[in-house]
Amino acid sequence: MATTDQPGRAAPALVIDPEEARRERRRKRERIGSWLLPLTIMGLAIVLWDRICVWNEIPQYILPRPGVVLATVIKDASLLFSSLMVTLKITVLSLALAIAGGVGLAVLFTQSRFIEMSLFPFAIVLQVTPIVAIFPLINIYVDDQTTKLLLCAWIVAFFPILSNTTLGLNSVDRNLIDYFRLNGASRWQTLWHLRLPAAMPYFLGGLKIAGGLALIGAVVAEFVAGTAGQSSGLASRIIEAGYRLNAPRLFAALILISLTGILIFLALSWISHLVLHRWHESALKQEH
Amino acid sequence: MPSSTDPFLLLHSIGKTFASGVTALENVNLKVNEGDFMSLLGPSGCGKSTALRIIAGLSNPTSGLVEWRGAPLRQNDIGFVFQEPTLLPWASVYDNVWLPLRLRGVSRKDAAPQIAEVLERVHLTGFEEAVPRELSGGMKMRVSIARGLVTQPRILLMDEPFAALDEITRFKLNNDLLELWAERGFTVIFVTHSVFESVFLSNRITVMAARPGRVFDEVAVDAPYPRNQSFRTSPEYAALCRKTSDALVDAINATAQDLEETVHGDH
Ligand SMILES: Nc1ncnc2c1ncn2[C@@H]1O[C@H](COP(=O)(O)OP(=O)(O)OP(=O)(O)O)[C@@H](O)[C@H]1O
Ligand SMILES: [Mg+2]
Repeated sequence: MATTDQPGRAAPALVIDPEEARRERRRKRERIGSWLLPLTIMGLAIVLWDRICVWNEIPQYILPRPGVVLATVIKDASLLFSSLMVTLKITVLSLALAIAGGVGLAVLFTQSRFIEMSLFPFAIVLQVTPIVAIFPLINIYVDDQTTKLLLCAWIVAFFPILSNTTLGLNSVDRNLIDYFRLNGASRWQTLWHLRLPAAMPYFLGGLKIAGGLALIGAVVAEFVAGTAGQSSGLASRIIEAGYRLNAPRLFAALILISLTGILIFLALSWISHLVLHRWHESALKQEH
Repeated sequence: MPSSTDPFLLLHSIGKTFASGVTALENVNLKVNEGDFMSLLGPSGCGKSTALRIIAGLSNPTSGLVEWRGAPLRQNDIGFVFQEPTLLPWASVYDNVWLPLRLRGVSRKDAAPQIAEVLERVHLTGFEEAVPRELSGGMKMRVSIARGLVTQPRILLMDEPFAALDEITRFKLNNDLLELWAERGFTVIFVTHSVFESVFLSNRITVMAARPGRVFDEVAVDAPYPRNQSFRTSPEYAALCRKTSDALVDAINATAQDLEETVHGDH
């Protein structure tokens, strides 16, 4: 390329070829679209919901209008949010226990194939048996309401963490394992410096699934367990509202549960991004 | 500096048969002198990697003996560079080079001078904080070499370290490696498929044949060091390459004949 010698020439602006520019524009459109589109569709759906109620003159106790639901969320805020806190507490606690249990067991499994062979079937049995079917048993053996719910949510949430982390701990580059061996690394060093970081993407993938499952577990468990006085979560509010034909509150509780699920998912995705964004394929932005 | 005549490593009739029944090595005898740059050259599947792994102690021979002469071998004395860079993808360049020291209990701070020195030697100063995916293939390989050298090993085992790189990068790394070798005076066993590379780098080439893997021939490369770009174009280099190439072709033919006998010339 010929350089024109202009005295006092400013730093050249970033030159992008048309193809790159087009790609850049498309990327920008996609970025905006990724949140604008779902929000628009959601908005339209709410408007449609509202119109259907009005056009068909549906009574409030069958299908309340969105405005009414929103008003209920605000009116019953103290009741609903204290219930939400109960459900959230169970969810978060059971997720924490699922992480401890899942990762702990997975680490144990990688230490010995025999332990894995002996225990993995039990994990599968726990996973494939519907929690609703196990619950009556738990109901007999456990007295405390919170413990019951925790146990249920834990059983549902821990399996994806266990199976993903086990897979991750075993998916380490053979050469790197050899390299560690060559350097006289202890079992503990190999675990800490190699296997655990290598399992991170798998673990985080499992965590995202487990987060949703923990919430489902917490809600389902409460459904089967029934209400228990003042410490009742959102599921109890839904049952209660159902009995009283209080559709607006039922919807309000339902929406709070959905929003909580979405928030959990977003939070875990964000954590995953923070941890992986610099090195793992799944978290890389395309830069071609 | 280039080799003495004191044997440093001796392989005594090494044999390796895998559980699958494949005999990867049979009666391999090898003598490596202190300061040698020895290449293992041979067709694919002739057991070069297997031999290297046995030398490194990553795999046990079915028969025979690996003998180290001289001062007793310590953990630090063997450096290994794989065909792939084999770095920790989540760790920075600095932390990757620190890894072997870290496994020996050296703190991040205490390792700093050694890491800085070795990174400078492989021309990676300034890239300490980059993670492997932010580097080119050649740079990753440099990190891998830096990691292999940071413990100051007495012998560096390299398994086709540059096979995946383009020729320009490969030439550059060949030069760098020779410089490092001349400066630090360690011993190298270098596995390669390339006649040209083996002649350029080494003072001795062991040519291997396959099925079963065995030492077929040895070529002495007595061109003086330092070798540089003018060596690549010299008639001496061309002659040595021809000689080595002939030996390699003979080794391949020897394998082909063995095969014909067993498979009735199917290939
Ligand atoms: N772990 C193993 N189990 C069974 N057979 C093996 C194993 N590793 C290597 N082999 C066999 O041993 C022989 C030699 O393999 P090796 O990897 O040492 O060859 P190589 O000379 O390094 O080949 P290349 O140049 O392609 O890397 C091959 O036939 C291979 O199939
Ligand atoms: Mg090989």
